[in-house]
Amino acid sequence: MVNLKVKLGKIQLKNPVMTASGTFGYGTEYADFFDISRIGGIIVKGTTLRNRQGNAYPRMAETPSGMLNAVGLQNKGVDYFVNHIYPEIKDVNTSIFVNVSGSTIEDYVETASIINELDKIPGIELNISCPNVKEGGMAFGTSCLSASQVVKAVRKVYSKELIVKLSPNVTSISEIAKAVEAEGADSVSLINTLLGMAIDAEKRKPILSTVTGGLSGPAVKPIALCMVWQVAKAVQIPVIGIGGIMNANDAIEFMLAGASAIQIGTANFIDPTATMKVLEGIEEYLKRYGISHVKDIVGALEL
Amino acid sequence: MKKFLLDLIVKENKTLNSQYFILKLTAHDRLPEMLPGQFAEVRIDNSPTTFLRRPISINFVNYEQNELWLLVQMVGDGTRKLSQLKAGDLLNLILPLGNTFTISGDKYSRLLLIGGGVGIAPMLFLGSYLNDLGYSCNFLLGGRSESNLLQLDEFSKYGQIFTTTEDGSSGEKGFVTQHSILENTRFDAIYTCGPTPMMKAVAAYAEKNNIFCEVSLENTMACGFGACLCCVTDTTDGHVCVCTEGPVFNITKLKW
Repeated sequence: MVNLKVKLGKIQLKNPVMTASGTFGYGTEYADFFDISRIGGIIVKGTTLRNRQGNAYPRMAETPSGMLNAVGLQNKGVDYFVNHIYPEIKDVNTSIFVNVSGSTIEDYVETASIINELDKIPGIELNISCPNVKEGGMAFGTSCLSASQVVKAVRKVYSKELIVKLSPNVTSISEIAKAVEAEGADSVSLINTLLGMAIDAEKRKPILSTVTGGLSGPAVKPIALCMVWQVAKAVQIPVIGIGGIMNANDAIEFMLAGASAIQIGTANFIDPTATMKVLEGIEEYLKRYGISHVKDIVGALEL
Repeated sequence: MKKFLLDLIVKENKTLNSQYFILKLTAHDRLPEMLPGQFAEVRIDNSPTTFLRRPISINFVNYEQNELWLLVQMVGDGTRKLSQLKAGDLLNLILPLGNTFTISGDKYSRLLLIGGGVGIAPMLFLGSYLNDLGYSCNFLLGGRSESNLLQLDEFSKYGQIFTTTEDGSSGEKGFVTQHSILENTRFDAIYTCGPTPMMKAVAAYAEKNNIFCEVSLENTMACGFGACLCCVTDTTDGHVCVCTEGPVFNITKLKW
């Protein structure tokens, strides 16, 4: 029997396989395909203080080995989440985290303090890295000062696990990671999408209504892996690896690079059962090498 | 309706012409129940430029023969890979996805099903379904030329067919909305699927004449089951996913 439990700051997950925000809805969208309580942690769709309609269609462009999206945090707001979605998902037997985003520091603080009252939500993922909104989002995550300010403010009102999701669209992601660690983040997750663009040459027009969007999928994996490796060396808090993970091998690479847990994102769209295949593959890898605890492969890269 | 992730078996890959083909699929187990208007998300293997699944309408279902048809138009490398499938190959699908058409009126209602190009695909399934329920249908099918008018032999089993072609090579010359049947007959309900300009023209006709009308949209999507929020259309309820709230919409709800 291998032990798959991982410690993530203040909490423990039953296994290191999580789902990335914005790719797994509220979990219920996937319930027809498998028992979603087998997932280590579910990070639900980005939630803001007020209802957001998101960006105009088209919001998606397929790219070589990936996709661009410009959804723009469409959600019905935190009150709707508390009253209508939370009651539906609170008894799913896994750790459910809410991804929190905002246009101002006050928005982040108010949303986080509302979610702090929900017993069955053990943590939030602070999204300071969304590239698809005009105000806030990535703007907070691209300078050490603004990243520190928002984390500091949220830390005052939020007592549970505080994960901070980092943007790769920066000069040094390690510096941002150190800045949010200093303000009390319990863990960091990376990477959010990379800023990208797609053009229709025949029409001489951008494909996305917002012109630019966020790139995800296997195309970004080598960049994500490198950033996880850099950040894991720079901070003491746990790192959650995200970026183009399609299979167990990808997930194991992230863990060897220093990730304590990983998130599956875009792969969920192509194979709704991707999380379960990754979980089973990690278990098989550990057995094959006679490793009894998954934590023993975290940062075990041999140089 | 419960969604399934299935490997179906290709029973036949029937070429209609250089652009279109029908994949006839079957399964060892009984196929799940599907409704007209619903679609499948088809995984494309061995195509380096095709990363995401492709949403494809259910063209026809025969439960006795445990057979499901997909009508496919070759547009890129992904659909070209699908065109190369042979009997016995497996195809991975998520289905059934999306909503269905609203059956309006009684069995004496005059129903018009309008399809353009590959948009005729769900109209065949809808026609056969309505026929089973005892309704009689009228089909108005349009294409650029005669080679774009597909499955006429199948449609003829379920109702009367009217056609238009842009070049006049078959049926009345022009667009579907210019067909004389629309001037001569008062319909009680119109269902349509095809290129967006065609559906908008049909919707404008229906609105002007105060006829119940549903359209089936075809927005680009990543997942097909309401997780990615990429395929939205603007409605009187704001942005909604075409994959879960649609693909079938009453024209009074759409703000397109």
